[in-house]
Amino acid sequence: MADENVIQALEDKIAELRRLVERDGVDLREELALLEQRLQALRREHYRGLSDWDRVRLARHPGRPRGLELVIRVCEDFYELRGDRMGGDDPALRGGLARLGERPVMVLFHHRGSSKEEQRACRAGMALPSGYRKAARLMRLADRLRLPLVTFIDTPGAYPGVEAEERNIAGAIAECIATMLSLSVPTVAVILGEGGSGGAIALAVADRVLMLENATYTVISPEGAAAILWKDATAAPQAAQALALSAPRLLELGVVDEVIPEPLGGAHVDPEATAQVVRASLIKHLAELQALPVDRRRHLRYSRYRNAGSRGTKAKAG
Amino acid sequence: MPIRRDDRDRYVEVELRRGEEPLWLRCGSCGELVFRRKLQENSYICPRCGAYFFLTAEERIAALVDEGSFEDLTLPLESDDPLSFSDRKPYADRLKEARGSTGLSDAVVVGRGRIEGRKVILAVMDFRFIGGSMGIVAGEQLAFAMERAVEERVPFLFVVASGGARVQEGVLSLLQMAKTVAARERLAEAGVPYIAVLTYPSTGGVMASLASLADVTLAEQGALIGFAGPRVIQQTTGEKPPPGFQRARYALEHGLVDGVVPREGLRQELARLLRVLEGVPSG
Repeated sequence: MADENVIQALEDKIAELRRLVERDGVDLREELALLEQRLQALRREHYRGLSDWDRVRLARHPGRPRGLELVIRVCEDFYELRGDRMGGDDPALRGGLARLGERPVMVLFHHRGSSKEEQRACRAGMALPSGYRKAARLMRLADRLRLPLVTFIDTPGAYPGVEAEERNIAGAIAECIATMLSLSVPTVAVILGEGGSGGAIALAVADRVLMLENATYTVISPEGAAAILWKDATAAPQAAQALALSAPRLLELGVVDEVIPEPLGGAHVDPEATAQVVRASLIKHLAELQALPVDRRRHLRYSRYRNAGSRGTKAKAG
Repeated sequence: MPIRRDDRDRYVEVELRRGEEPLWLRCGSCGELVFRRKLQENSYICPRCGAYFFLTAEERIAALVDEGSFEDLTLPLESDDPLSFSDRKPYADRLKEARGSTGLSDAVVVGRGRIEGRKVILAVMDFRFIGGSMGIVAGEQLAFAMERAVEERVPFLFVVASGGARVQEGVLSLLQMAKTVAARERLAEAGVPYIAVLTYPSTGGVMASLASLADVTLAEQGALIGFAGPRVIQQTTGEKPPPGFQRARYALEHGLVDGVVPREGLRQELARLLRVLEGVPSG
């Protein structure tokens, strides 16, 4: 199988040559075309046999389109709303009004930041209690204004800090889950990158759950599972496999409704193409949901979560 | 020097290790051998050092409900190991061992009982069963218990002892957070009171769902209450948690719980609360 490092090196080389072309106006079209061809071939080879651990790394790829960047490509006229109205505004969990396929919607998303500084402020997408309280506030607002809710999930998990604990991060997540389950409007969640445990499910209890091909959704990070269960940090790849965190496995398990294909090589290769596929899928699911009477929709949502995983039990032996 | 009552919580050791023999238990904290009968009379608090022994679901139930009033309603369900999970040891083997050593089918026991005459539907977690972790079966038992409480119009009491979601059932465990919260919505709509008692430990996914959504939340003295454990906090953020962090008294000071109750007073406290709630749900 083609080595990721080789692919990365080739990607870097191509980017470097492109800069050269731009800066000095050197004609390198032929060379670039050859390298591109080689890169595509390597990617095809590599992405045929992706392990779950490869997907974990793709989901974390620094170039992967994230939060705000993707929302702006997927929706028109994003109008941000801020603050939990209780003393805080968390840049790691953002939201607001937007238009999607001619209709107004409420969007919520984790945000990791693009500049170094912004990334620090966003704590790599690990949201605080104030983030989850803002999310719950905007969910209630969506219900009041009859706006469908679309959430985009990409977080390693909720922020594990002393102050987050003191401000009841657990309670803020619980409240978010309860609020999202109780909405009358249609809800769709898209897992974009990392769907890390409680911090992810707080935005994921939707009528439809979609997942990008190389995103992950898991109860614990593979590294965390490796440390706890294998007592060995190097066992993370095995843990990734065992946890069934990949989109195809979660589709099989009925946890997600649709796997959204990514461009060859991953979403970072072509963020715009990725966004357009996400957009088309969202419009389709929202139209389907909108066609259902409210009671029916709510009933379906309730049974979906009330019966989650019930096939994974059996009558007690003996 | 006597410990001020308010600070007592910070000095309560809760011992998850307890050496067991048919007639006696060894305190994991000070090493004292205590006769089981004596320990039982002392609410499973070490007579020598004051450490709280953790309680099995059965012991917890016996300590809370009127003698002879408990009826076990636990659904006869077991985990089917839906991911065929294996780490250093197959999950199927861990389940078999846990079932064997506890006599339980999973980490939650459900039942009907009375506390000083007043009916409750209880769900009690047993920490011995894979750390009281919530997988599909535990989620199912909790949802079922709440549905029973709605049907019988009787207050729901949830005694928490859990490290969080069960890793070995992956996202399906995570979804039990949604399942229990969905069932709790029905409970709330029906106006049936829900009382949570948080003990050592009440953390992770259980805390970030059902356990945080009670109408009245009590913490047993010494309880550990939070989302992320101190080790994860330190590793991820470099912050050093302050003394008493995430313990019952600390939770009270930060507005997370309605009260902190010493173990020996818990039954009476619940009786007092149920008395005040007499007539709820109405009709």
